[in-house]
Amino acid sequence: MLFVLFSILTVGAYGSFNILPVVPFPQEAEMFSTNRRSLNVEEFRITTDQGHLLEDKVISSTINRYQHYFSRFKPGPLSPDGDITQVSLSVVYPEASLFIGVNESYTLNIDPHSPIVKLSANTRFGVIRGLETFYQLYNITDGTFPSVKIRDYPRFAYRGFLIDTSRHFLPVESIEMVITGLAMAKFNVLHWHIVDDPSFPYYSPSFPSLSEKGAYDSNHVYRIFDVLRVISFAENHGIVVVPEFDTPGHTLSWGKGLENFLTYCPGQGTFGGDYGPINPSVDSNYEVLHKLLAEVTSLFPGGFVHLGGDEVPFKCWQSNQDLVAWMKQQGIQTFNDLESYYEEKLLDIVHQLNTSYVVWEEIFNNGLHIQPDTIIHVWKGKWEDTMGKVIKAGYKTILSSPWYLNYISFSMDWKKYYQVEPYKIPGATPEELSLVIGGEACMWGEFVDATNILSRTFPRASAVAERLWSSEKQTNIGDMEFRLNKHRCGMCARDIPAETILLRSYCPVEFDGYDW
Amino acid sequence: MIAVLVLCSFYLTVESADLPQLPLVPYPQHVSLISSPPAVIDPLRFSFSTQSKSVLLQEVFDRYHKYLRLHDFEQKLNLTLKNLDVVIKDPNEELLLETSENYTLTVKTDSATLQADTVFGAMRGMETFSQLINTYNYTLPSVQITDYPRYKFRGFMVDTSRHYLSVSLLKQLVRAASWSKLNVFHWHIVDDPSFPYCSTSFPDLCVKGAFSPDHVYSQTDVLDVILFAYRHGVIVVPELDTPGHTLSWGGALPGFLTHCPGHGNIGSDYGPVNPTNEDVYPVLKTLFTEITSVFPGQFVHLGGDEVHYPCWKSNQDIKDWMSAHNMSGNYDELENYYETRLLNIVNSLNKNYIVWEEVFYHHVDITPQTIVHAWKPNWKKIFQDATTAGFRCILSAGWYISRISYGEDWQNFYQVDPRSFNDTATPEQLALVLGGTVCMWGEHVDNSNVLSRFWPRASAPAERLWSPAYITDVGFMEPRIEAHRCRMVYRGYPAEPTLSRGHCQVEYSWRRHR
Repeated sequence: MLFVLFSILTVGAYGSFNILPVVPFPQEAEMFSTNRRSLNVEEFRITTDQGHLLEDKVISSTINRYQHYFSRFKPGPLSPDGDITQVSLSVVYPEASLFIGVNESYTLNIDPHSPIVKLSANTRFGVIRGLETFYQLYNITDGTFPSVKIRDYPRFAYRGFLIDTSRHFLPVESIEMVITGLAMAKFNVLHWHIVDDPSFPYYSPSFPSLSEKGAYDSNHVYRIFDVLRVISFAENHGIVVVPEFDTPGHTLSWGKGLENFLTYCPGQGTFGGDYGPINPSVDSNYEVLHKLLAEVTSLFPGGFVHLGGDEVPFKCWQSNQDLVAWMKQQGIQTFNDLESYYEEKLLDIVHQLNTSYVVWEEIFNNGLHIQPDTIIHVWKGKWEDTMGKVIKAGYKTILSSPWYLNYISFSMDWKKYYQVEPYKIPGATPEELSLVIGGEACMWGEFVDATNILSRTFPRASAVAERLWSSEKQTNIGDMEFRLNKHRCGMCARDIPAETILLRSYCPVEFDGYDW
Repeated sequence: MIAVLVLCSFYLTVESADLPQLPLVPYPQHVSLISSPPAVIDPLRFSFSTQSKSVLLQEVFDRYHKYLRLHDFEQKLNLTLKNLDVVIKDPNEELLLETSENYTLTVKTDSATLQADTVFGAMRGMETFSQLINTYNYTLPSVQITDYPRYKFRGFMVDTSRHYLSVSLLKQLVRAASWSKLNVFHWHIVDDPSFPYCSTSFPDLCVKGAFSPDHVYSQTDVLDVILFAYRHGVIVVPELDTPGHTLSWGGALPGFLTHCPGHGNIGSDYGPVNPTNEDVYPVLKTLFTEITSVFPGQFVHLGGDEVHYPCWKSNQDIKDWMSAHNMSGNYDELENYYETRLLNIVNSLNKNYIVWEEVFYHHVDITPQTIVHAWKPNWKKIFQDATTAGFRCILSAGWYISRISYGEDWQNFYQVDPRSFNDTATPEQLALVLGGTVCMWGEHVDNSNVLSRFWPRASAPAERLWSPAYITDVGFMEPRIEAHRCRMVYRGYPAEPTLSRGHCQVEYSWRRHR
C-alpha cells in the first residue's frame, strides 16, 4: 500500500507524524508504510559501490560532514539496535562540474525491509541535496526514519543568497557557516557582494593598493587564499560563488587605491563627501576594469560575475565641469546616456572575457544595450511589472525584491517571504516564464556582521529556499510552520544558530555554540 | 537624593559637546582630563593591587586580567603605568539596592588609583578603567572620574519560559549586563508555556511543566546563577507571575487553575489561578517561602499582569462563589481578593515585592514598600498616581528590547527617562522613581539569538539609568555605543553592529569559543 504524500493531503494534519519534516519540501514523496525505520548509530556508514567516488573531494567531504552529524546522535529510545546501517550512493555523471543549472536531482529510497538506504543522483551535487533530505527525515527524539521514497529536483536553477562584506566584514569562518546553513536549505548560489562604498576587502593581485587603501584595515581583507577557501568550501556544499563588483556607483572605497578613478565633486559625492561614481570619461579606467575583471573571472570558477550597476547618482557627475565639457565634446546629451556609455564599454569588456553576467535591473530599465545572455536581477518595487518587461524582451531574470532579509521586523516575517510566487507575472506566457530562472534572498550588510548574520538569516532564508526549490503548489503556511520549526532545530543541532519561529517552543537539542 | 536632583538641574545647561569623547558606556557623572601624557601599559604584565582582604575583589582582578590578555597584540616598549591600586573603604559585602556603587578613578601617566566605598563600587570602577584602555596601542588618557549611578534600580529582564535559555547563556547575559553597569537581573523564570524552575517543595512543577527534562533549572543551576550575578554586583529578582500567566503550573497542581473549556490561555482549557480554591493559598505560601529563601536578594517580583477574565467568567463555580461573597460580576474585586491574600502571604516572609502596574491600578491594598513596575504606554499616569500615593516605581515601558525594528533602534530606547513623567513632579515624587528594567520577552529569542539582540541595544537604557540626565545627545552616544559593542566582541560576545557601516578591531569568531 502506497500513501502518496502531496502537500494537499497533509492540510489539517498539522503536527502529524506523517508530514515529512523536510525543508524545502521534496517534489515527490511516497510512503511505503507507516512503520518507521530506526538508525543503527554504532554501525552507520555512508558508502558507495563506485569506489572512485570516494576519492572525489566533494563527495568525500560531504560524506564526512553527514557522518559527523549522525555520529552525534545517541541510539533512539525506540531503536536500541537500529536497523538502518548504510546509505549507499550512486552517481550517474560523477565528472559533472558545478555550475548554475547543473542537475541536482536525486532519488532517496528508505526501504521498509532493507538495512541499506539507496541514494542515487545524476551528479555529485544531487548527492549533497539527497543527504541533506536524509538528515532532515531523521527524528532526533526517537531515532527513527519514515519508510519513504523521495524523487526530488529543484524548481528553479538559480537559488541564491547575497552577503555583503563591504559594509561589515565577515571573517571567512563566518562565511563558511553561512554556506553550511545555505546548503541545509538547498541553496546553490552565494552572491558575494564583496566590495562597495564603505570598504574594499578584496585583495587584487593586479591592484594591491585597492585593499591596502580601501579595506577597513589589513585584518579586514580577503586574500587569494581566503577567496579560494570560500570557493572550495562552497563547492563542497554544491554552491556556486558569484562575485559582484558593483560599478559605476557604490565604488567610493575603490577611489582610495586608484588615482583619478572616481569623479571628483566636492561636497556632492557619496556619503556627502568629495567623490562619486567612476569617472566614465577617463580611458584608463576601462583598462583597470578589464584587468580586474579578467582576474576575478579567472579566480571564481562559476562562470558568472555580477556587475552591479544599481543606484548611480547623477548629482556628482553633474557638478563636475570637466566631465560636463567632455560629454558635450562626445555628443553625450544626458547623464542617463553617460551611464549607458559606461555600461556598454563595461559589458563589452566582460563579453570578451567569455563569462556570463548578472546585472541589477537599472541596466535594463535604463534601456542600455546589453548582450542577450545577460541575467537581469530585479530588486525594486513593482517587481511583477519589471520582470514582465524583462522576460518579454527575452532576458533571463532573477527576483530579489520581496526577499530583502536584512529588513527585520517584529513578526514572523518568513510567512511574507514564503507567500511570494515568482511566476505571478500578469500576462506572461509559459515560454516567457521559463526565463524566470530563480531568485535570491539578500542580507545587506548595514546592520549585520559575524555576531548576528546567522541568526538573522536562518531559518528566514529557508522560506525563500522552499519557494525556489519546491513545487509551486507547496504553499500551506501551517504545514510549513511545522516543518520550518523542525528544520531550524536541525540547524541548531548542527551548530548553526537559527532563531526560533514559534512564540513558545524548544528544540530537542538547543543551539550550544557559545562555549566560554 | 534631593541634593543630587538639584545638582542635576544645575547641569542641564552643560552641553555634551563639552564632554571629553571617551569610549565609556555608561558615561560617568564627572570626567575631567588631566594635562599629563597618556599612560602606556603592558596588558600581559599589568597588575592590580589592594590592601583589601576581599576574595570577591581578587575575583574581579582575575576577570579584568583575563580581558587584558585576550588578544596578543604587539606591545609598546615605553611603559609608563604598571599598576592600578584599589582602595575599598567599607569591607561589608552585602549586596542591596542601597549599596554604594560610588567610585573615584584617577589615571595619570605613571600612577592609577581607584577608590570605592564598597567592593561593588570597585567593580564599577574596574569596568570604567578597562573601558579607558585603547586596545590598539594600550594607552589610557590621564583622567579623573568621579562616578555614581543616577538611578539605584538598573534592571534587565529575561524570560525563560517562552523559550529556554541555558545556564551558561544566562551567565553571559549577567556578565555583559555588568559591563553596562546594570545591577538587577529580573528573572521572569516561569510563565504559561513552561515551568523550568525545579522546586524542592513541588518537584512535579518542573517535571510536568517544563518543555522537557533537559529544559529545566535545578537548584544547583539557580544558585550558580545567583552566585555568578553576585560576583558581578547584580541582584537576582525572581518573578513568579500569578494569577495569570500560570498555565504551566497546572499539570502538577490539580485544582490550582480555573477550568474553563474554550476560554483558557493559549488555546488550553485552563486560565488563571482559581482564587476561590482554598487549597491554592497554602501552595503559594510554601512556594514563596522556598523562593524567598533560595533567592537571597531583598526583592521578589509577584507579577500580577494581564489577568484574563473570560476564563473566570465562564466558570460556574466561580460565579457561585462570587455571589456568595457579594462580588457578583465584579472580577476586579475577585482579582483584588486573590492579590490581597497573596500579598499577605509574602508580607509574612519579610521580603520587599515588585508588582506589575495592574496590581496598583486595580487598587489592591499594597504595602508602602511595594515597587510598582510600569510597562504599558500610559506609564506617565501610573508614575504620577503611584508616586503621589507614595509608592516607589520602576519603568519598563519604552524599554521592551524584544520588540525589534530595522535600523538604529537603540536611539528610541535612549530617549526614555523614568523621571520625565511630569514636568511639575515634586522632588519627593522624583525620588520615588528608582529606575527601570530593560525587558527581553522570550517569544522570539532563545540561545540562538538572545545575546546579539540584547547587546548593545540594552546599553542605551543602561546609560540612561546610570549617567547624568543631561547626557541625551544621540550623536555623543553613537561612537561610544559602537565602541562598547566592539569591546564586547573583543571580549568574545556577539554584540551586534549599531552603525550602518563599520568594523571592529577584532571581529566576532564562533570557532574561537568552541
